[in-house]
Amino acid sequence: MTLTRFVTKNAFRNVRRSVLTVLSISFSLLLLTLMMAIWRNIYLTKGSEESALRLVTRHKVSLAFEMPSFYREKIRALPGVVAIVPGNWFGGVYKDDKSGNFFAQFGTDPDEFFTVYKDWQIAPDQVAAWQHDRAGAVVDEDLMKRYGWKVGQRVVITGTIFPVNLELNIRGVFKAPQPTQSLYYNQKYVEEAVPYLKGVEGFYTILADSPQSVTKIPSEIDDMFRNSPQPTKTETEKAFQLGFIAMMGNVKAFILGICGAVVFTILLVSANTMAMSIRERTREIAVLKTLGFARSTILSLFVGEAVMLALAGGLMGSAAAFVLGIGAAKAGGFAGALQVNGWTMLVALVVAAMMGFFSSVVPSYNASRLGIVDGLRHIG
Amino acid sequence: MAIPIRYNIRNLRLRKGLTIMTALGIALTVTTAVFIMALLAGLQRAFVTSGNPLNVMVVRKGSTSELTGPFPSEDFGTLKTLPGIAKDSHGEPMISGETVVVIVLPRADNSGEVNVSVRGMMPDGLELRSGVKLVQGRWFTPGQREVVVSESIHRRFKDANLGDALSFGKGKWSVVGIFDAGGSAYESEVWGDVNQMNSDFDRQGVYSSAYLRATDAMAADALKHRVGDDQRLKLDGMLETEYYARQTSSGNVIRFIGWLVAAIMAIGSSFAAMNTMYAAVAYRGREIATLRVIGFSRPSILTSFVLESLMLSLLGAAIGIILMLPFNGMQTGTSNQVTFSEVVFTLRITWIVAGTAVAFALLMGLVGGLAPAWHAARQNILNALRG
Repeated sequence: MTLTRFVTKNAFRNVRRSVLTVLSISFSLLLLTLMMAIWRNIYLTKGSEESALRLVTRHKVSLAFEMPSFYREKIRALPGVVAIVPGNWFGGVYKDDKSGNFFAQFGTDPDEFFTVYKDWQIAPDQVAAWQHDRAGAVVDEDLMKRYGWKVGQRVVITGTIFPVNLELNIRGVFKAPQPTQSLYYNQKYVEEAVPYLKGVEGFYTILADSPQSVTKIPSEIDDMFRNSPQPTKTETEKAFQLGFIAMMGNVKAFILGICGAVVFTILLVSANTMAMSIRERTREIAVLKTLGFARSTILSLFVGEAVMLALAGGLMGSAAAFVLGIGAAKAGGFAGALQVNGWTMLVALVVAAMMGFFSSVVPSYNASRLGIVDGLRHIG
Repeated sequence: MAIPIRYNIRNLRLRKGLTIMTALGIALTVTTAVFIMALLAGLQRAFVTSGNPLNVMVVRKGSTSELTGPFPSEDFGTLKTLPGIAKDSHGEPMISGETVVVIVLPRADNSGEVNVSVRGMMPDGLELRSGVKLVQGRWFTPGQREVVVSESIHRRFKDANLGDALSFGKGKWSVVGIFDAGGSAYESEVWGDVNQMNSDFDRQGVYSSAYLRATDAMAADALKHRVGDDQRLKLDGMLETEYYARQTSSGNVIRFIGWLVAAIMAIGSSFAAMNTMYAAVAYRGREIATLRVIGFSRPSILTSFVLESLMLSLLGAAIGIILMLPFNGMQTGTSNQVTFSEVVFTLRITWIVAGTAVAFALLMGLVGGLAPAWHAARQNILNALRG
């Protein structure tokens, strides 16, 4: 019998306890993996190369304020700016006011939109169709699926902020690197109905020609409008998106807090199990020592057992998180942040193994130091 | 006959290490649940306690918040003539046309900039909100570039002390007073004179909203409908309390994620509790058999072990709540999904929160203890005595 086999046999000799321990650890690791996935998807993902070249300019005070339309040409004239499109939040509702029916609608300029978002895929004839229909719209692939829409279909979006309802014809479907759950229409359509929206825009998305320009352009734009009635704030697309998450509250501390609680729970559960199983086997340890097994071997036997149980839990937990993540990505929207990748799973497994190790090292050390005579005398 | 509870307490004490570790596991889960419930309770309070049920808020028709629906100030004159409005201290109708804008202020701890609501109001605005008390300085003077800030803004943001000047709009505004809004949504606002604000934000001739004080609850309801039905006005009226109650939806994301996390942790902790209880049963096989021989029935053994598990989880709940107590009253903020600005609220560990946490822990104890207790009660006496 090899030592590995001995450890395996021991780990599962009290099947019920092992199963319960593994299950308990796996639920904790499911949570840990999901939290790490959210962290990674929100803070560590860089996005596509084009996304890194995009900047967003908005009114310095808040996205709820508008900027004049002439800013567009002034910004375009700056060196390093390849293209620029306006964006306007419509905030309308489709069908009814239920939160499940919410998606973003933006008014923009169809002529230049896909020049700025050149990494978004769409058939060229659909872009042309959109440009020719003032009441046309292009829709995210996932959103199309969610409502079962078809190209050519007419959808009505009721205005809540602006006194107009959009009656739009779907002219095209686009696929973005990350799900956007949004619809884009021609802002001219809204301007015709709402006169006070003429001549103003909500935000601008800018495509820069190089990473050097990306670092340089924001201050140039903001300096240009600093002393005007509508000062601006320009940041990278990524920073702009992070701003929304930061508004939800201290998300980082929230995630870290949960991760801390989870890791500590795993430590407790695993330590508990090892304490129970070592106590049960006090006499066996003495027998092993009598047979001539070294102290270090006994130590590694128990540590190995704990690490194995923790790893089994880790594997189950992270695999469950992986499956959940795929399901969440299908649901789209914010749930997409739950997507788990291989690296995240690997980190989860390493954490599990480490927790197994740390939880067993003290009880195992004590067990390996046990005197033979005491051990044999022990009544379990 | 029931087995005395002292038996279980002694048993838990006997195996101290195991008990404490299991209880700690439950405690951590309880901590998470308490944290989330305290957040939601604080948020709830910020909105539910806001507003006076006699105040009617008026915005442009179809608009869902004060931010999105400016209406022409001519309408304000019409509003003033509506019947059912209470009189202010000067014998005039108590009504205030207001401007609400969102500005960006730097946090005091240099951790970035946050959106804050600024409200410009008429002198009656203060009378309409009699629940808000001044704690330092004085109220702003109409016609001056002066603002009063809430206590939490004073604490959390730069340049928000008495005598400081906040810069927004077209220049500086001196802070002349600090008010206490008692944890309501006003706790996240800066107040000043409406005309000054309108000229700073280029909003002449429009108001974001108007507030009217009705003479009584019946009049408030009538006034609300009268505003909506008046053909001359393209306006909607709602009770101030209704407006704020709707904004509690800002906590939906926190609620969803929070309960998901708590549920997953609870399942994990239940398994751990089950493990401990199975071990407790296994160690005491002979003891249980002896109890049976003495004459204790199966149901009383079942009850005894379930009780032991419940006590374990109760201990966990107690530790969990105690661990969270230092966080009671801690202030935090989240963005209001209706006004796009930060709403400040405090973590509140209320009796309801603590009670729910205890119930939550007991549920874990019950789930974890039932199967092992069943196992204990069903043991064969002879085999157990021999073991």
